[in-house]
Order: sequence, then structure tokens, then C-alpha cells
Amino acid sequence: MSVVREGRPRFAQTRAGRVVARAAVPLLSLEELRAGVLDRVAAGARLVALFGARDARDAPCAAVELWAVLADDHEGTLELATAPVARGGSFAALTPDCPQAHLFEREIAEQWQITPIGHPWLKPVRFPRASASERESASASASATPSAPVVGVMDYYRVEGEEVHEVAVGPVHAGVIEPGHFRFQCHGEEVFHLEISLGYQHRGVERALLGGPDKRTIHYMETLAGDTSVGHASAYCHLLEALAGARVPGRALSLRAVALELERLANHTGDLGALANDVGYLPTASYCGRLRGDFLNLTATICGNRFGRGLVRPGGVGFDVEPERAADMVRRLDAAVADVESAADLMWSSASVLSRFENAGRVAEEAAFELGLVGFAARASGLYRDVRHDHPWGIYRFTKVPVSTMHSGDVFARAYLRWLEIRRSARFVREQLGALPRGGTRAANESLATLAKQSVCVSLIEGWRGEIAHVAVTDERGRFAAYKVVDPSFHNWAGLALALRDQQISDFPICNKSFDLSYCGHDL
Amino acid sequence: MSIVDVALHVLVTLVAPPLLLGVINKTKAAFAGRVGPPLLQAYFDLARLFRKGSVFSATTTWVFRAGPIVALVAAAFAAMIVPYGARGAALSFAGDMILFAYLFALGRFFTVAAALDTGSAFEGMGGAREATFSVLAEPALFLGMMVLVRLTGSSSLATMLGGGLGGLWARSGASLVMVVASLLVVLLVECSRIPFDDPNTHLELTMIHEVMVLDHSGPLFGAVLYGAAIKLFVLGALVVRLALPIDTGVAVYDWGLFAAGMLGLAVAIGVTESVMARLRMRQIPSLLVGACLLSAFGIVLLAR
Repeated sequence: MSVVREGRPRFAQTRAGRVVARAAVPLLSLEELRAGVLDRVAAGARLVALFGARDARDAPCAAVELWAVLADDHEGTLELATAPVARGGSFAALTPDCPQAHLFEREIAEQWQITPIGHPWLKPVRFPRASASERESASASASATPSAPVVGVMDYYRVEGEEVHEVAVGPVHAGVIEPGHFRFQCHGEEVFHLEISLGYQHRGVERALLGGPDKRTIHYMETLAGDTSVGHASAYCHLLEALAGARVPGRALSLRAVALELERLANHTGDLGALANDVGYLPTASYCGRLRGDFLNLTATICGNRFGRGLVRPGGVGFDVEPERAADMVRRLDAAVADVESAADLMWSSASVLSRFENAGRVAEEAAFELGLVGFAARASGLYRDVRHDHPWGIYRFTKVPVSTMHSGDVFARAYLRWLEIRRSARFVREQLGALPRGGTRAANESLATLAKQSVCVSLIEGWRGEIAHVAVTDERGRFAAYKVVDPSFHNWAGLALALRDQQISDFPICNKSFDLSYCGHDL
Repeated sequence: MSIVDVALHVLVTLVAPPLLLGVINKTKAAFAGRVGPPLLQAYFDLARLFRKGSVFSATTTWVFRAGPIVALVAAAFAAMIVPYGARGAALSFAGDMILFAYLFALGRFFTVAAALDTGSAFEGMGGAREATFSVLAEPALFLGMMVLVRLTGSSSLATMLGGGLGGLWARSGASLVMVVASLLVVLLVECSRIPFDDPNTHLELTMIHEVMVLDHSGPLFGAVLYGAAIKLFVLGALVVRLALPIDTGVAVYDWGLFAAGMLGLAVAIGVTESVMARLRMRQIPSLLVGACLLSAFGIVLLAR
């Protein structure tokens, strides 16, 4: 797949966690970028990120650079390229030929006022408010200030006809969950189409990261998506360490991986319980609710915080685990996993539960591939995609976690895959805690002081939902000129919308829970 | 039927129903390894709701307010017709079983109308579901009744479920077993229990009964809950009397037996809810048709 074809636009080749000088990234024309991306996607590559950034060579900031990051999961390589485009300009949309670009292009259009011509569904993504300086300059230049967009207020896709009706859910929900708006086009109980509108949680994190890193950056990372604190913090730290050229001790890498897998264990277990709850199957629901807490408490045993805040730090980890504590953790882990096993077995042996899960919310492998789904949602549809295997980082370069896949792509596949991953993650954690590498837990502070200047680095981490991608571009002082965060939810929300096609509207909660996507991870 | 029995009948109807919910919830909690809410939680909830104020949407009319009240009164009135154990009913006349069935239909009509009155998509969806499923539950109830009518030659519930029931079990037990099973299904559907509906869910899109009353608040919502509890109690009394056709002749024992039967039924509902997931919405009609068929077979068995 890495064969360079005749006339194929050249992209910079790299790997996750490697630093590339900006000068080495080819500056293409928009047509070349488009052709290059489509060509590679057609050959099986995946669009990791497509985003706009201020063109550093251009002082008044009128120009924008479009960055494309593609991953070849078989080779474990990444390809990068950029193309300049004027702010307020336009380019031929990739989406008609490459559906996985759809949300990225909407985001670019929203952030940089660049129109992807031919985009089939061009709408705002996050409804950002203009920054204070932008508001000022707008009011100085024009007398009539354009009013700020109101989240969720826009036209929705509509199906019309006899007996077709529309159901709107959210953004305020009956449960204590994050805000999101769901529009169903229904015919009786059957869903024709679901449109998901988010943006209620937009905080402007990416904008706040520019000019960094500083003392606040790691805290932004830990709160990008609360249930993925360790995942996002790890992605950031690996990126930073690569840019600084710091050598992180093996013990720290191992502890990070332990925390990441504990995060996976806690969330997967919690979701199995939540799925059981949504179909009214109480035993598994109650037990998994408690067991999720047990895994969170294991994380707290390391760092004092149940979500792992304060654990992953640039250069290493903030806390060490002495042998007695490690042994105690293994004991508690074994007890919790045994309990999850019996709670899950109850569910898998209950015909009434299986009849709800099977054939509900099916996403075909082809659709999952075209939409560029990541994580367990992709693996449940039969795609062999796991960053731990495809682009291993840290301790995963030495210890492999087997990739689990299912083929039916329904709620059952996504639920059962969680269970398979629980077992494999538990084995991994046990193994790591039993044989933590010797040595320190932090790289020397001075080794993190300066970042590579005029460089770009991509860091990929398999969080519990799927691939977390962080891309940083540094300026001539070694500060972040652009920082792009792609949460797995950003790829997967479209998968949920697709899963609901031709389903019963009453099955929406279990479909939703089987994906369990993040609102704030998407909204940033 | 003595005046004491009538007074007791009315008193039990008004006081006992919320206790059933407490027993069901305790059973479910025991299965889940939790302590669960207090046995009397439903009473506390009702007391709290009746002290509260109400909020009414500007789009609603008197229909919205009438819904819960009609449903409550209909259920309480229906309770007068059903015999509690062997002690008979407070009110009986020829053909009262028809009134019994249609009192529930009346309550349902007003609940659905109140739901549609809000103009909310959710409530409309819930109303559609409730109407669809009750169309199928009603024949199951009537066919079950027809078995009893044929066996006893009476169309009054007090006589149908009267003293001769023990003898009927000896003669046509097979038919009665089918009727009990069918009525049990009707009970679970009508009272929105698992596997048909989940009274505890917070997921609007999956609700049947709960979604219709989302807009009710305060005392009116209290009336909804109270009415639902009475409905459960009444249908439960029907099933319990059918399944426990024992007449001791001593009032205290009869009442005790009835109470034990009701508690047993509540525990059975709790166990069902604990070991089963909800059915897919699409499969509910099939099960209801199954219940109709069961009752119909009960009649066929008698016709031989």
C-alpha cells in the first residue's frame, strides 16, 4: 500500500509520535491535497484529521493552511500534507467522495469561513461565539455586528408525507447526561432518519491551547472528556515528549498504560451495566454499577483521583506504585473482574436480554469503513482497527494486547466486544503490575523545557472509545501554532445516526448506550 | 356481605394499593443486592405530591386536568366491583363485569386524551402505544371473563369469583389455568410492568405509560400514581382470587389469605422484573395476541 504511484501527490511519511519538520511537509495545491487524500483513502487509508490552521508565514492571518493527516493502519504509518487557502475562500469538498471527511469539513467551514463546495450537508458543528478580540474588530469595522449563532437553531433534515412525524429529544434530557439534540424522522415507531446536533458543550479548548504549552495545558487535557482523562492526557504527554525529545522511563510508560486500561475497564463495565439497565435487566445493571466504582477506585489507589487526574504528567507520571500496593491492586482487580464475569454471564445467558441486543442498531462493515469509525464501534462491525496494535506507543510497543473483533455490528456485538476487551485489559494490567520496569517515573524537567521549533507531531492513543488523535504544529519559538484534538466521538457520532436507520425508535437508548459517545469530547 | 366487609373493602381499596409497589420494589432491590427504598416509600411520595403545587402548560385545556382524576375515580370504582378474596364485592349486579372492563377503558381514554392535549411528540407517541396495546389487552380480558361466565352462568364478578370457584377448579382446572395466565399478562401490560414497560425508566423514547404523564405535576401526578396503584391492586385481586379459590368461612382467615395472596403476587411481579429484560416494543403485540389465544383455548376446552 505504500507503493508510490505515478503522479500521486507526495505526502510526508511519518509515524505516530515522531516529529516532522514543517519544511518537510509538502505544501500542495488544494487540488493536489484533495486528489492525494482521495487516492489514499481509496487505497484503504483512514482520515485521522483534517483541519485548518493559521498560516504562520502570513502575518495578517488572512491565509489558512489545511492539514490532512492520514493513517495507514496496516503499515503503521502516517502521511501528512498541507495546502494553503485564503480565509473566506473555498475548495472542492472531499465529502461526496470520502464521507469520513464530512464533519471535518463542516468544522473547517465554521472555524475559517472557508466553503467546501459540494458538501452535501453544510451546517455549523459547535456554534462558537466569536472571541473577544474578534468581536471588537468586527464592531470596529462594521456598524451592524452579526449576532452570535444560537446552538441548535438551524434547519434539520426533514422527511415529509402522510403519517411521518418528527420527534425532538434534548438538549435537556430526563437523565443526568450531557446535552445534545436528537431529531428523529419517524413513521410510526420506525425511524427513517436521525440527525444529531451537538455543540452545547463547546468551551473553546483548542483555541485556549494556542501559544502553549503552559501550566494549564495538562488540566485542559484531563478535562477534554471527563471519562477519558487518562486517554487525552496520555495523548498530549506523548506528543509533548516527542516534540521535546525527552526520554520517558519505562516504569512511567507502564503505569500510564495501567491507568489507561483501568479507564477502559471502568467505562466498559459501567456501559455493560447501563445497557442492562436500559432494557430493564436489573441484576447486571446494579452489579456493574458497583463494579465500575471498583475499577475507578483502583485508579484512585495509584493517584488519589478516581478518574486518574494528576497521574499522567509530561515526562512521566505523578505517582509511583510500590510493590505491596501493586500486589494489593492485582488482588482487588482479580476480585472485581471475577464479579464482572458473573454479572456479564447472567446477561449473556438471559434470552430476553439477547433478543433485545441482537439485530438492533446494525452498522455494516462497509458503512463503518466509509464513515471512518474507530475503536470498539469499528471493531464490532468487523474492522480490524486498534491503535494499540496498529500504531503502538509507549509500553504497547513491547507488550501486545490482542485485538478483539466481532462481525454483526449490532448492539450485541458492541456490548460483547466490551466484555472481550475487559478480559484482555485485565490480563494486561495484571501483567504490567506484576512486572513494572525498574527505574524512575519522571524524565528530567529540563528535557521538556524546549519543544522542536517549526515542527509537527501526531500522537495516537487507543482510548476506551477508540482512537484519540492529537496533532500539534509548533511555531518558530517552539509554541503551539495549532493544536488539533480529535476525540473518537467525533468520528463515531455519525455511526450512531446510521445505526438508527430503519430501527424502532424505542431502541434508540440501547443503540446510544452501545456507542456511549462523548458530548464534550466532540464539542471541545 | 356484611356492612363490616363493605367498610373494610372500601378501606383496603383506599389504603393498601401503594403498599404493593413497596413490596415490588423491595423484592427488586433484594435481587439487585441493594437495600432499596422503604416499604412505605409510595405513601411518602403521594403525601409529598399532594402537598405540592402544579404547573400547567399554556397549551393544555381541562382535558389535561381531567385525565388523572377520571383515571383515579374509574379505578377506585372498578375496585368496588371486584371481590377481595372470599369476602365478596362491595357492589355487584348482573353484567358488572362489562362495567369493570370499560371503567378501565374510560380511564385509559382520558389518560390518552390528556397526553394528546399537551401536543408533545413524546406524549403522542406514548398515547399511540397505549391505545395499540390496550386494543389487544381488552379481548384477552374479555375472553378470560367469558370462560368464567360460561362456567358460572353469571355475568357478575361477585358470583363469577364467588364461593363455587373451588369446585370449578376441580372440574375445569385446565381452562382456569389458561385464564389465570392470560389475566397475568393483562395485569402486567395494564400496570406497565416489565417485560412490557419499565416503570422506573427515565428514557422517554421507550416509555409507554410513563411518557403520557410526563407533563403532570404535583397533586395531579399524585392522582396518576395513586390511580395506577389502585389499578394494580384491583387487577391483582382478580388474579389472586382466581388462583386461590379457598373459602375458609371465617372473615379473619379470608382476609388474611387475600392479603397473603396479594403480597405473594407483588413478590412474583418483583421477581419477574428482576430476572427478565423488557421486550422489544415490536414483540409486545405478539405476546398480547398469545394471551388472547390462551383465553380462547380456555373457552374451547369448555365447549367440548
